[in-house]
This record gives sequence, structure tokens and C-alpha cells, in this order.
Amino acid sequence: MDFDYTPEEKDFQQEVRMFLKNNYPKNLQDKVAKGVALKKEDYVFWQKILYKKGWIAPSWPVEYGGTGWTLTQKYIFEEECGAANCLRLTSFGLVMIAPVLIKYGSEEQKQKYLPDILSSDAWWAQGYSEPNAGSDLASLQTRAERKGDFYFVNGSKTWTTHGHYADMMFVLVRTSKEDKKQKGISFLLIDMTSPGVSIEPIITIDGLHVVNQVFLDDVKVPIDNLIGVEGEGWTIAKYLLQHERTNIAQVPRSKKQIERLKLLSKKEIHNGKPLLEDPFFSAKIAEIEVELLALEMTSLRALSKASAGASSNSTSSLLKIKGTEVQQKITVLLMEAMGYFSMPYIKDVLIDGWQDEVPIGPEEAAFLAPHYFDWRKTSIYGGSNEIQKNIIAKVVLGL
Amino acid sequence: MNLEFTEEQVLLQDTLNRFLQNDYAFEQRQKLSRQGIGYSEQNWQILAEMGLLGILFEEEYGGFNFGATGLMIVMEAIGKGLIVEPYLATVVLAGQLIQKAGSTDQKQTLLPELIEGKLKLAFAYVERQSRYDLSSVALKAEKYATSFSLTGKKSVVFNAETADKIIVTARTSGGDGDKSGISLFLLDKDSPGITMQHYHTVDGLRASELSFDQVEVGLDALVGELDNAFPVIESVIDSASAAICAEGVGVISQLRERTVEYLKIRKQFSQPLGHFQVLQHRAVDMFMAEEQMRSLAYLASIRIEGSARNEQVKAVSAAKVYLGDARSVVGEQAVQLHGGIGVTDELDVAHYYKRLTMLNNLFGDRDFHLQRFSQA
Repeated sequence: MDFDYTPEEKDFQQEVRMFLKNNYPKNLQDKVAKGVALKKEDYVFWQKILYKKGWIAPSWPVEYGGTGWTLTQKYIFEEECGAANCLRLTSFGLVMIAPVLIKYGSEEQKQKYLPDILSSDAWWAQGYSEPNAGSDLASLQTRAERKGDFYFVNGSKTWTTHGHYADMMFVLVRTSKEDKKQKGISFLLIDMTSPGVSIEPIITIDGLHVVNQVFLDDVKVPIDNLIGVEGEGWTIAKYLLQHERTNIAQVPRSKKQIERLKLLSKKEIHNGKPLLEDPFFSAKIAEIEVELLALEMTSLRALSKASAGASSNSTSSLLKIKGTEVQQKITVLLMEAMGYFSMPYIKDVLIDGWQDEVPIGPEEAAFLAPHYFDWRKTSIYGGSNEIQKNIIAKVVLGL
Repeated sequence: MNLEFTEEQVLLQDTLNRFLQNDYAFEQRQKLSRQGIGYSEQNWQILAEMGLLGILFEEEYGGFNFGATGLMIVMEAIGKGLIVEPYLATVVLAGQLIQKAGSTDQKQTLLPELIEGKLKLAFAYVERQSRYDLSSVALKAEKYATSFSLTGKKSVVFNAETADKIIVTARTSGGDGDKSGISLFLLDKDSPGITMQHYHTVDGLRASELSFDQVEVGLDALVGELDNAFPVIESVIDSASAAICAEGVGVISQLRERTVEYLKIRKQFSQPLGHFQVLQHRAVDMFMAEEQMRSLAYLASIRIEGSARNEQVKAVSAAKVYLGDARSVVGEQAVQLHGGIGVTDELDVAHYYKRLTMLNNLFGDRDFHLQRFSQA
């Protein structure tokens, strides 16, 4: 047993590190490091650089523009991106719909959509959750009725991240009523400019606009936009959810955040000494670091197992739960470290960062309480942590 | 990077599992633990024949040199079977002290016998005031022309009753709490001046209080350098800490397995307990703790095998912190989920729980290691 990368892997690591150093823009690095809100053009700018390098879609098959990397190489890439404060790529196109198109899409669908996803010329959104279908996704009610060569879609989708940027949305719709709620669901692609599509912003707990509710009112969708077979939507949705979860634990990002927490708490003075040296505060940091170390090792074990050809699917729920718990605990301490200066709420600063004005308290302080509140979402989205526990209980423990 | 077991390691694991299955039923273990010397001499010979006593030692002494990850596999089985034979005392603690600090002569006389199962050792390092501070050594060794004379007390010495020889930490210069001035001595158990009080431990093992009253030993009883034993003691305790974390993985795996099984068969309100979501989620918490603990035990053993010192300290202490947490997340919950039967002496769950609890108090508890982790 060892953690050592092979010489080839070390070369690769060095190559990635140098590439990021020379190509990842300083202003984005700053934004991510400080937690300033990211704009569409930020994502597109960086994604296009990766696209030109050929590194935009590590999880795709090579013939569609993938990298052909091994699992370990992908892990190294994620590690280096985390360490360099890279922004997290938007996943709806690259990580979610693309694998579905590759597996279930027709040749025309692949040709029509994949190139624009790869080059970040098309922005995708996910239409899964509904106001009355959250964790119980299969109870979704948005209907699609087929008339001739079109579906007519009626209903509403919610928590649509970046829906206001999106050109296209993949949705789960009910095409027939069956004895089981998982049956009769189909997977459709909707052009966001279609008549009948309207978007309402949802302002989240941090006061910002990232997610939306999307209303679908008699939206006319060509039957060419059906993925796979009618009624097969649930199978496709499940495939999408289990696809590509190697980085689900977000270990590199959390490591970076711990580093940041130590730096910030070193500058704060508590009882005449750096806060970092306070035994209570440092114990809380150490507890998180221990959990993070365990998480990193569990990720590596899953990676090692997968590289050896065994399935490691049962681990992904654990990684999601523990990963989000660690992330959330870090956001608490980051906020606590700021003391009084966690209080000021200046929305413009959250969106654009401090410009010419003198920051109130430590420069990073204003972001940390909103970040803490915002990060509560991580244990709710992607299958809430309670749903993940249900999955482990059923699939792993047989309860 | 490779975190899979080698073929050799898988074979070792299979052998151990067969031994547990065929020769180590829980009832048998309880009987051994409660009578006579507290374990079976015959089992000790079986462990020797399986090569387990030589797992850490070099081939030239008859060992197999499987390293810390090999030890990890053995210790996990020891946890799974709640094995009572004095493996930790003889092989992991005293054996490694000889291996790391002993002279060639000492190694040549002691290690082959130990590996063959003919020599048992114990390590006396705890004192009334020391808690987990390895530099707190008050027992004095005075040096004379041709001998040392030891006077003082040692506490909670595992398996001293059946050990042939005992390695003792002693203060040869400086004061209590100084890292320098500590030395190791190897004594025959029946040396004049040693008195012992033997007792059972909560988790079914054996330990003793030792009193030394002007115990005379020759200069050749010194193991390693005079005054400079602290680094080797620390390194052996770290290795032993990693080892008991692996033992903890074995214990935890059994607690989780038995609890999940029980949830499947025990019916209340006309359905298996496992149908209740509130209990399912607690079983999942146990499962996650098991996986994370296993990860940290791997990490600790891999680091012990060859990493920078602070990496070793970080990994070992992290694992030990998690082991401490497992007492409640896994141990207390296993008992709670078993209900009344969980607090009976009859059920093995209670005994796994006791071992897990005592593992936290061995070689530094959760808080001790959290602080050490934080400062490493």
C-alpha cells in the first residue's frame, strides 16, 4: 500500500500545475479565494481556456472530446484545480446532460448539442425538482402531452440553478399515468427561448440570485427533443445521478478552505493572542481536519478500488454526506473567526468585491456569513443527506 | 498510488479469518479470559505457527518483515475475535523495543525465541502520575560500577503475569517530565525485589501493578542508549497506537455487523426494527464511522511504514481521535440499538463495546491526540 504517484503521474501533476499557473486568470483566482459571486462570463472565460487546451471534459469518451485520462489523472486534475482556487465548472452541460446524450441520445442529438457544450457556447439548466417534488423526485407532475410531432409541456420546475443564463434545459416530465410513479416519466430537452417558458428568480438565504423557478405553460417541444424512449426517463435520471461522482467529496476545495481559515484566524487577535492559538478554536479546527483526512483517505480508497476495476458506487453517498458536513463546519468557523465583522451585509460587495472603498473589518469578512448561510444548501441538494442515508441503509446495509 | 492488499496480504487475512472461525468462538474467548492466566498457551503456539509473532521482524531473526500494514491486518483480526493472547504486549510493544533499540546480541537471543512462541515479554511504562505523558518517568535506576539498581513503581502493565521478561522505563538522569534521561532495562520477571499485583481489566485482559525495590541488574540489561530511550519509546508507542486503531477497526466492524443483523431479525410493533428510519440512520452513522476509521487506520499504518515524523504523528493522532469518537458513535449506539440485551454480560456486543472503550484510554485518549494532532 502506498500513496505515491508513478513518475508519469507526477509529470502529469506538474504539467497541470504549470498550466494552471500560466493560464488561470488572477482575477478569478481572487474571486474564488474571497468568495465573490461568479458571473456567467467568468465561467465561460475559464471554460473556453480549458476547452482550447482539450481539458474541459475529462469524463467524456475521447471520441467526443474527452481527455482519455485515468481515474488517478482525473483526481490529480481536481486536486490541482482545488489548490489553485479554480472555479468549479458548471456541471449541468459538461457533467450531467453530456453523458446522458452520449449514452442515450441519437446521432443527430449528439451532433446538435455536444459541440456547443464542449466549447461552452451553450448553457444548460436542470429541470428536475418541482415545488411538490423534492426528495421524492418521482412524484413530479409536470406533464407532456403528445400531439403530432410535438409535446405540449405544462408545469413548473424549481431550484433551477443558473436558469436565467440557460439556453437549454433538460427536464423530467410525465408522459403517461402508470401504476408506479417511476413509470411514465420521460426525458425532454427544452429550448429556453420557446414561447411559454418564463423564469422567476428565487432569492436565496444569502440575498443573491442563483436559482430560479421555471414555469412551463403549454410549451411546444419537438418530439426530436425526446431522449431515449418515451417512459424511460427515470432510468436515464438515475444514470445521470450516478455518473461521475469521483469528486463528490470536494476534498481539495475543503483543504483550501482550511488553509484559508488558518490564515484568517492567525490575523484575528483573541485574548492578546492569535485566535488560531486559542485552544478551543484550534481544537475545533483540528476536529474538522481529522474528519477531512479520513474523507480524503476514503476517497482515495474508492479511487484505488475503482482503478482496480471494482465498483465503488456504495461509497458515493458516504462521500456526499461527510463531504458536505466538513464543508459546512468550515463555513461556521470562517464566520466565527470574523467576530463582529461577520455582521455587515453589503450586497454590492458580495457581487463585485470591495472596489475603491476601505473594507469594513478584514477584507474577507463580509462574505463569510452569507457563505455560511448559503452553504446549508449542500446537505439538501443532490439528494439530501437524509436521502443518502436511506440509500446506504438500503443498498449497503440491506435494511 | 495503490491501496489494495497484495496477494500475500490477502492470504494472511484469509488465514486469520479461518483461525477466528475455527478456533476462536466467543464463548471460548470468555472462558479463557476469565480463568487461569487469561488466555490459552495452546493458542499462543498456534499464533506462532501461523507466523504472526514474526510479522514485524527481519528475516535474519526468523521473522517475515511484513511491516506496519501487515501488522494492521493482524490487529484487525485481533479486534474481530477479541483475542486475549498477549500479542500487543509481547510483539507490538516489547518486541519492537528490542528490534528498534536492542543490541545485535539482544536481538539474536530474544527475537528468534519470541517469534517461535517460547518467550513472552511485557512493557512497563505507565506510572501513577504519568497519564499519557511518555516523558513522565519517576522510577529510578541508579548506576553502579557493574550494575543498575531500580526502585519505583509501574502501573497497568499488560500481561506481566505471564511474561518471562519485562522491559521497564527508568529515569537515569534529569527529572520527571524530562525527555532526556530515560533508559530502558530488560529484567527477568523473577528478579529479587520485584513484587507484582495481578488483576483483570474491564475488557477481559490482564494487567499488573509492579513494584521495584532496589532491583539489581547487570549493565547488559540496558536496552539501547543510556538516557536516550525517549525517541524509541515514542516511536514504538506510535506504532502500537496505529496497531490498536486497526484493532479498533476489527471491533467496530463486528459491532456494526451485529447491530445491523439484529435490526433485521428483532421485531417490535409487528415489524423488524430495521424498518424504522430513525434506527436505519443510526446504523448508517455506525457504518460511516467504520469506513472513515478504516481509512484512518490505513493512513496511520502507511505513514508508520515510512513517512516524515510529523506526518506520522498527524496520521496516528488523527486515527486515535476517530477511535475515541467511535466509542459513542459505534459502541454506545450498538448497545442502545440492541436494547436490554445490549447491556447483558452474555452478549458479545457488550464485550466489543468494552474493548472499544478501553482502546480510547490506551496510549492517549481523544483529547490528548486532538491536541497532539493540532500541534504536529
